[in-house]
Amino acid sequence: MNHNDLFHRPFDSVLAEHPYIEDFLSSFGLEVEAEEDTLEQYLAGLNPDHLEDLGVSATQLRSSLDEFLAGMLAIQHPLDKVESLTIVGGHNKSGVAENLELTLKPGEVVCIVGPTGSGKSRLLADIEWVAQGYTPTGRKILINDQVPDSKWRFSTEHKLVAQLSQNMNFVMDLSAEEFIRMHAESRLIPDAEEKVRQILVQANELAGETFAPDTPVTSVSGGQSRALMIADMAILSKSPIALIDEIENAGIDRKKALELLVREEKIILMATHDPILALMGDRRLVIKNGGIAKIIESSSEERKNLQELEELDNKLLALRNRIRSGETLEII
Amino acid sequence: MRFLTVSGPPSSGKTSVILRVIEALQARQKKIGVVKFDCLLTDDDKRYADKGVLVKKGLSGALCPDHYFVSNIEACVAWGHENGCEYLISESAGLCNRCSPHINEITAVCVIDNLSGINTPRKIGPMLKSADIVVITKGDIVSQAEREVFASRVKQVNPGAIIMHVNGITGQGAFELTSLFEDASDIETLKGKTLRFSMPSALCSYCLGETRIGEEHQTGNIRKMDI
Repeated sequence: MNHNDLFHRPFDSVLAEHPYIEDFLSSFGLEVEAEEDTLEQYLAGLNPDHLEDLGVSATQLRSSLDEFLAGMLAIQHPLDKVESLTIVGGHNKSGVAENLELTLKPGEVVCIVGPTGSGKSRLLADIEWVAQGYTPTGRKILINDQVPDSKWRFSTEHKLVAQLSQNMNFVMDLSAEEFIRMHAESRLIPDAEEKVRQILVQANELAGETFAPDTPVTSVSGGQSRALMIADMAILSKSPIALIDEIENAGIDRKKALELLVREEKIILMATHDPILALMGDRRLVIKNGGIAKIIESSSEERKNLQELEELDNKLLALRNRIRSGETLEII
Repeated sequence: MRFLTVSGPPSSGKTSVILRVIEALQARQKKIGVVKFDCLLTDDDKRYADKGVLVKKGLSGALCPDHYFVSNIEACVAWGHENGCEYLISESAGLCNRCSPHINEITAVCVIDNLSGINTPRKIGPMLKSADIVVITKGDIVSQAEREVFASRVKQVNPGAIIMHVNGITGQGAFELTSLFEDASDIETLKGKTLRFSMPSALCSYCLGETRIGEEHQTGNIRKMDI
C-alpha cells in the first residue's frame, strides 16, 4: 500500500486501522476527533494560529506525517535477514595491518578481551556504524558478504546492534510488565502480550530471585534488572547483533543468558575477562593498541577445563546462597 | 565556512558532544570556531578555549535568549568568516521549549538525552521537530529497551531527521557525527536567511520591566487562560 492513500480514505477507518496516526498527531499537541471525511481534510482544517502556538507549521506537519507514514509502513516489511557479519581488518594505532577477515554467524559467541583503552569500544563502534574504511581503524564491515545499505547506520528501526553494559539502569517509572509492553508497542509487534509473558518467564529464569510482573523496574535488584534486559534484548530487540559489556558481576545465570541469546539467533559479541564466559565463546579477539592482535579459537583442552570452572563457580554460588539465607560457613 | 546550529535542553550534553566532534575535526587539521550562547553564566567557553578553538561567548542576561541569539548570529558568522574558520558551531540552550535557533538551509542539530523522560520529545517544539540531525546522549546508562523507546518517540515527532546515539564521555558515535558535520551547509554570510520557525513573542508590560501583579498593570500582548 502507498501511504498517500491514507490521506484520502475515510478518516475514521484510517484511524482505526493505523492507531499510530492519532499518536503522531497528539505528539504535536493536536486533538483528533474523526469528524472530517479524510486525513487530508483534517489537516487542511487546522487553524494556523493554533499550529503556531504548538510550534509547528502546516507544511512541516504535513511533511513530517509523510515521512512518518512511509517509515511506519516500511517497518512492517521485515529486512533481509543478517546471515553473516564480516570484519575486514584495518590497522592498529601504529598503522600495523590487522590482516584478517573474520566472519560471524547468528548463534556464534565471540569474546573481546584486552585492557581498558585498548580499543574495544572502537571495535564495537565500527560494527555499530558499519564502518567502511573511513574510521580511525580503517576497518570494513560487511553484512551477508556485501557492503551494506546505509539504512543500517542511521535508521532507528534497523539498528544493527543492541547493547548491554554493566552501567545501564532502568530509569522509567513503570512496572516490569508495563515496561516490556511499552517496548513492544514502540516496535508495533502484533503479539505484544505473548512477548511480555515470554520475557517475564525468561527473565525470572535468569535471575537468581524471582520478581512479580508488577514490580517497578526501578526497584528490581541488580541481577533481576540484568536478567530483564537480556530477556528483552533476546526476545524483543530486532537488532541481529548483541553487544555485551562485562556482565560477570551481574548476579545472573550467565550460561542460561548466553544460551537464550544463541537460541534467538543473535550474533553475540561480549567484552569479558571472566574465564567461564570466555570459554563459552567460540573465539576470542585479543585487542591491543587499537587493533585486533590475535584471534584465539577456544580449544578442546580449554573446553575440558570449562567443566571444572563451572563446578567451582557452582560451589561459590551455593556458598553465596547460604550467606543470603543467613547460614554460616564453618564447613564448606 | 561550514556553519551549524546546535541546540538542546539544558544539561543534555551539547558541549560534551561538540567537544568530541571538535577533537575529530582537529585530527583532520580543521580550524574551528564556537559561539556559545547562554543566559546568566557559563564556563563552557573555557572548555572550548582549552581545546584551542576560537570561541565567542554571548550572555543574554535580562533578554529572551533566543531573541538575543537571532539578533547576534549574523555578526558571529561574519566573525567566524573573517577569522578564517572552516567550521563554525553555535551552541544555545532551548529554555522554553517553544524557541528554536534553527535557520533555513543551515544544518540544524538538536541534542537531547535519554534521562530526560520519554515524554520530553513531545514537549520540545521546533528546536527538536525541525532539526536535521538529532543526537541522543547518555545512552550508556539506560537500558537498551529505554534507548529504543526513546528513539522511537523522537522519530515520531521528527521522522525526517537523522537520529543517532553519541556518548559525550567516551566519544562513541562522535566520529560518525563528525562525518555528518563535514556535509554541513557551506556559507559566507547569513544575509537573507530566515529562521525555520518564528520565535515566541511577548511585547507586554512585563517585557518592559513591570513587576506588579494585577489586571491594571497588564498591557500589550496579553493572553488569558480559560479558568
